[in-house]
Amino acid sequence: MPTFVYMTRCDGCGHCVDICPSDIMHIDTVTRRAYNIEPNMCWECYSCVKACPHQAIDVRGYADFAPLGHSVRVLRDPEKGVIAWRIKFRNGKKDMDLLAPITTKPWGTCIPQLSSVPAPSAEMRKSQLLFNEPKYIRMDDGGLHTLESNGLKMKAGVYY
Amino acid sequence: MFSTNPFVELSALIPSAVMQGYIILMAVLVFLGTVLDMLHKGSATYFFENSRKARQSAKRELGGGDKIGLAVAVVANEVLTSAEFKSTRRRLSHLLTMWGFVLFAVSTAVLIFAHPTNPEAGIWPMLWHLGALSLAIGGYWFWFFIRVDVSAEGVKWYNFNGRGDIFIVGLITTATFALLWSGTQGGGALNSLFLVLFILCTTVLFGSVYWSKFAHMFFKPAAAFQKRCTKADGSRESLPEDYELTDATVQKRYPDIPTYMGTNPPNMGKGFSAERPNHY
Repeated sequence: MPTFVYMTRCDGCGHCVDICPSDIMHIDTVTRRAYNIEPNMCWECYSCVKACPHQAIDVRGYADFAPLGHSVRVLRDPEKGVIAWRIKFRNGKKDMDLLAPITTKPWGTCIPQLSSVPAPSAEMRKSQLLFNEPKYIRMDDGGLHTLESNGLKMKAGVYY
Repeated sequence: MFSTNPFVELSALIPSAVMQGYIILMAVLVFLGTVLDMLHKGSATYFFENSRKARQSAKRELGGGDKIGLAVAVVANEVLTSAEFKSTRRRLSHLLTMWGFVLFAVSTAVLIFAHPTNPEAGIWPMLWHLGALSLAIGGYWFWFFIRVDVSAEGVKWYNFNGRGDIFIVGLITTATFALLWSGTQGGGALNSLFLVLFILCTTVLFGSVYWSKFAHMFFKPAAAFQKRCTKADGSRESLPEDYELTDATVQKRYPDIPTYMGTNPPNMGKGFSAERPNHY
């Protein structure tokens, strides 16, 4: 279900306007606060929810991961490099806090320097492999790595 | 110019009692406008409903001392230093405008009530001019560069959209015409014109409280207080905890953190939030 904005939290900074891939987060011309101009076109990507520095944007989640009426809220902290989610069921009995890294290195320090990589040779261009594919799937390190070659077995069902 | 009381010359034309009556009328207009605005928007109902919800999911009860402490923190941070703004530009502009307005409004009242015929009224004329100047600088900075219409919506600076802009336009025109009126004292018709425009803009500023966002100065601190209360009582508006990543308990509960980020993760920087949202 589409995004909506808590007016008392929003300060109209425009980060959601900037990040929305559907271009539907806009600033209201009278109240100077953000709002979703076309809820039908919102695909709940949560980009604006995560980008909002005041946590002023919220989404009512679908029933595919919690019964309807739950609250799913997020706190993205770029400086710590983590994202935290909290899912509260509508009866208040189930209250889950989740935390996950979103980067392991400071932002902007691991941008590939493609200009310094040698250009592909004519032979590489004609090959069916993608750029750097042998290296990245470790074909040049004893062949393609598989579960079997790594001593692993496929297990049935969902497991972690 | 800066140390001369601008209202002395005016008091020769208009009796002090009339000027004082005008100030009182403006204060009454602000009060009425704020009450009507609150009734129309249901702000008080919304806040009370929100605090009732927050109390239901609170993890601890806040005592009177806690609430006083939070109120002091709100005054020291959100009110006096506009700490709620994440953008430094907006915060500086707001501080210039807000403190300029406070200085300007207070010194106007003091000059009109206490020194209407005294050309040397101590520090007050200086404060009046500095207040108007600060208000104008902060206001024009906001109008030309920071206003969301301009910075995020790609609207030109000269497009005036009525209700959305009436407050900021009222502020900057009041400050501008106040300074022009003070600077052209003894200048005949031009000075009279600036006086008329100054009074007109002031009346629009204080008379349009119901339609403008003037009343934000009353309900924004209330919202900030409520936000701090929800953090202190643990309800957090259903937001997740702001975890300290170096805490061993957090690392034990969320093993992905030490596995992928190490036991003492560095500051990762601001990421995309370091950029100003102006990519329209």
